[in-house]
Amino acid sequence: MCRVTELQQAVLAKNDHRAHTLRRELTSRRTAMVNLLSSPGSGKTALLEAELTEARERGVPVAALTADLATENDARRLARSGAPVKQVLTDGLCHLESEMLLAHLDGWLPDDTRLLFVENVGNLVCPAGYDLGESLRVALAAVTEGEDKPLKYPTAFGLAQLVVVTKYDLAEAAEFDRATFLANVRQVNPGVEVVFTSARRGQGVGLLLDRALAVANGAAAHQPVMAAPGPHAHSGPPAPAHSHGSGHIHEHAHGR
Amino acid sequence: MHEMSLALAVVDQVQDAARAAGETGAAAPIAVESVALRVGELAGVVPDALQFCFELACEGTLLAGARLLTEQIPGRARCAPCVADWATGMPPDLNCPACGNGATQLTAGRELEIAEVRWSERARGATVEEA
Repeated sequence: MCRVTELQQAVLAKNDHRAHTLRRELTSRRTAMVNLLSSPGSGKTALLEAELTEARERGVPVAALTADLATENDARRLARSGAPVKQVLTDGLCHLESEMLLAHLDGWLPDDTRLLFVENVGNLVCPAGYDLGESLRVALAAVTEGEDKPLKYPTAFGLAQLVVVTKYDLAEAAEFDRATFLANVRQVNPGVEVVFTSARRGQGVGLLLDRALAVANGAAAHQPVMAAPGPHAHSGPPAPAHSHGSGHIHEHAHGR
Repeated sequence: MHEMSLALAVVDQVQDAARAAGETGAAAPIAVESVALRVGELAGVVPDALQFCFELACEGTLLAGARLLTEQIPGRARCAPCVADWATGMPPDLNCPACGNGATQLTAGRELEIAEVRWSERARGATVEEA
């Protein structure tokens, strides 16, 4: 005998549920989580170190959790900023999940933290599908990675609420075509803001902090088209009358 | 390669559903014949990799030997002002082909859902090898 049960459940329902709960808890204590996604070697850690240092100078309580398959090198680099930093070793797992994150935050995250930066495992495929409970999801790409990165990894860039271009000081040497990159971002994520940074030159440092603080203070983050309402919806009020007036990508170039 | 995590999540949820079915007084499922998934084109999942991982994840559970049936859902987006609807393709284009503005909504393509589970309820007294 055979029986059929129509489950109609999201495969990641448990992860999503924990992520929603964590987001609610963090929001209620005025903490916003920022989830940083990029390829290995894109310059996440260098930029994050600069942003953490900037936050300390401005007196903003920040903390960072950095995930890698192995080594504590990134935590050591980030700790130079003076902010509380924790290394998560995933033992080979290619992404973070909300349950793992919860276990690491418990008893560690200082109560007064305004911004918690989570540096995900360097990988543009797997982490993209996992909501961690972040209020702002950021995808980063270095100018050396090629203009078509957003098209090659459409889920990572399509679900981003902010796109950060790194190593912009190398743009000329890498013959980075800024217009093509922006068009490619727009193809998968119309309306998302793109900022250009160079941690080495200090260009655009503080922008990530500004955007994260705005969200922590209640501003609505960009709602990507790909983040269809439902199990994968991000925080913020549902937007039934969701419109992208001009569909422009907002550019911010600093120190050009 | 997060397909193993996904496969484990599928097995976990099907086991939960089996437990729930048993608790409601219906005949407790003793084996799973098949699990049907709906996987969107933009879900970031490789169906072949998921298939491979599913077999491994099922071993030693109620799902041992179960088939994984995957229905692929193409990406579609909609522009409300233009009343237009289009296939997003891969890589997706989420801008309206008519007006060029960003899509109002992605209507399909991000699914990653367990649609249905087929349980087999073998005759009483039959040998059951599953743990």
